[in-house]
Amino acid sequence: MRIAYDRTKCQGHGRCYALAPELFDADDEGYAVVRTTGPVPPELEKAAALAVDNCPEYAIELVPD
Amino acid sequence: MTDVDRAPIEDWATDFDHTHPDYAARAPEVWDELRDRCPVAHSDRQGGMWLPTRHADVAAIAHDTRRYSSEGVIVSPFKPVGMAPQGYAPPITSDPPFHAEARRLLLPAFSPKEISKLEPAARASCRELLDTALADGADVVDAARQYAQHIPVRVIAEMLGLPREDGDRFRVWIHRIIEAPGARRDIAYEDTLFYYLGQMVEDHRSHPRDDLIGFLIGAEMDGKPLATEHIVGTIGLLLIAGIDTTWSAIGASLWHLAQRPDDRRRLVEDPAVLPFAVEEMLRFYAPVTMARIVADDEVELGGQTLGHRDWVLLPFPSANRDPEAFDRADEFVIDRERNRHVAFGLGIHRCLGSNLARLELTVAIDEWMRRIPDFELADPDAVLWSTGQVRGPRQLPIRLLHPEAL
Ligand code: HEM
Ligand code: SF4
Repeated sequence: MRIAYDRTKCQGHGRCYALAPELFDADDEGYAVVRTTGPVPPELEKAAALAVDNCPEYAIELVPD
Repeated sequence: MTDVDRAPIEDWATDFDHTHPDYAARAPEVWDELRDRCPVAHSDRQGGMWLPTRHADVAAIAHDTRRYSSEGVIVSPFKPVGMAPQGYAPPITSDPPFHAEARRLLLPAFSPKEISKLEPAARASCRELLDTALADGADVVDAARQYAQHIPVRVIAEMLGLPREDGDRFRVWIHRIIEAPGARRDIAYEDTLFYYLGQMVEDHRSHPRDDLIGFLIGAEMDGKPLATEHIVGTIGLLLIAGIDTTWSAIGASLWHLAQRPDDRRRLVEDPAVLPFAVEEMLRFYAPVTMARIVADDEVELGGQTLGHRDWVLLPFPSANRDPEAFDRADEFVIDRERNRHVAFGLGIHRCLGSNLARLELTVAIDEWMRRIPDFELADPDAVLWSTGQVRGPRQLPIRLLHPEAL
């Protein structure tokens, strides 16, 4: 699985980088920055799912490679 | 106030009143009932207002800044006129295109990285408040008045560069502006928030300091310094938006824990649950309902037709309890893993202070639980909930259990 992040929907609620810091970082204004481009490593799939399921703006999805 | 004697509301669907003491006491039941049978309630009060209750409707409004203007966000009989797109307190009262730039100026100061630096001071402040409250061996503490209400005041006063000793004055202004807006009063100009902040800005101009007021004085939009009304409006907003709201969230969380020994035990035994507990507190006890003014001729919403310039309330707390959007929506689940709650709003006005509010709420619960792991409501009937658009306990006597063990 890969992370699909929609910057136009993101409002900087910050749930993703709080729950999955290995996969997301914050820029200086609090918007999300995805830290990986390739597939999500298996040991981080749970964290990735948490980030998806807690984003109030539905700005992140897990999509098949 | 003579609120206590007000006539009961006969029908919440056609005559709701969010300033009524019954709403303060049982708002969540009102939302649940309306969501099932209505779901967009109306009232002729305050010049005509609407109350959607479903997550889908609240989200649609928050994302539609064209048809719903933020020119007015606190319902009162006096609607702001001709102030869009800037509004009287940017960025919360601003619409596009003004909003984005006014907000961007403030984002870096409230980013997660900047806010995390405040944690040690916030913790120290909580400990000091607990020391004071428990100093004379007291076993009953008013968690709202002796604890929760002071925490956000100290932090924001420091960030803005206002004397923290003025905390009591801030709370009087906040009560006037968001808990009882539109009430008729004779107030001298020198006794208004507007006057006070104007003085503070002048003082900062003559004695420059490295704080948020100083930053705004030096800031520019479109190559020009900000107008004094913009600076004063924004500082007023930062002061007001951060105090009542966070106070309410901390108080409601302690009210919950006072009645739930299972959740208290879980926090003590499993500290890793705290971040999830904080989000569930925010979902279940979301304190803030915002408002919009209809900016289009007519808008269809949930089977109703809203008219031009009508008020629309945005009850984020009701959206948070919608079973269409949350599993087991009516249950408090301390380790809820899927929680897309909207306590901080949705869309372009997402709470600018959400990182700060989360820090304060986390630290306030954590420090309380370390010091007072076991407690109960001293007198459930003495708990007093605020009326209006920010909902939380304003009086909350709590009795310590096993104080001898502390
Ligand atoms: C638990 C505490 C808090 C809650 C529940 C809360 C909730 C909200 C909500 C729902 C909005 C959206 C308003 C709208 O859509 O019209 C908002 C906006 C805002 N909040 Fe908070 N807030 C809290 C604490 C704070 C703090 C601590 C501050 C900082 C000092 C703050 C500053 C702001 C500002 C400046 C806005 C306007 C943002 C904009 O319009 O772009 N809030 N808040
Ligand atoms: S949780 Fe969603 S809205 Fe928040 S920063 Fe992450 S992607 Fe953006």
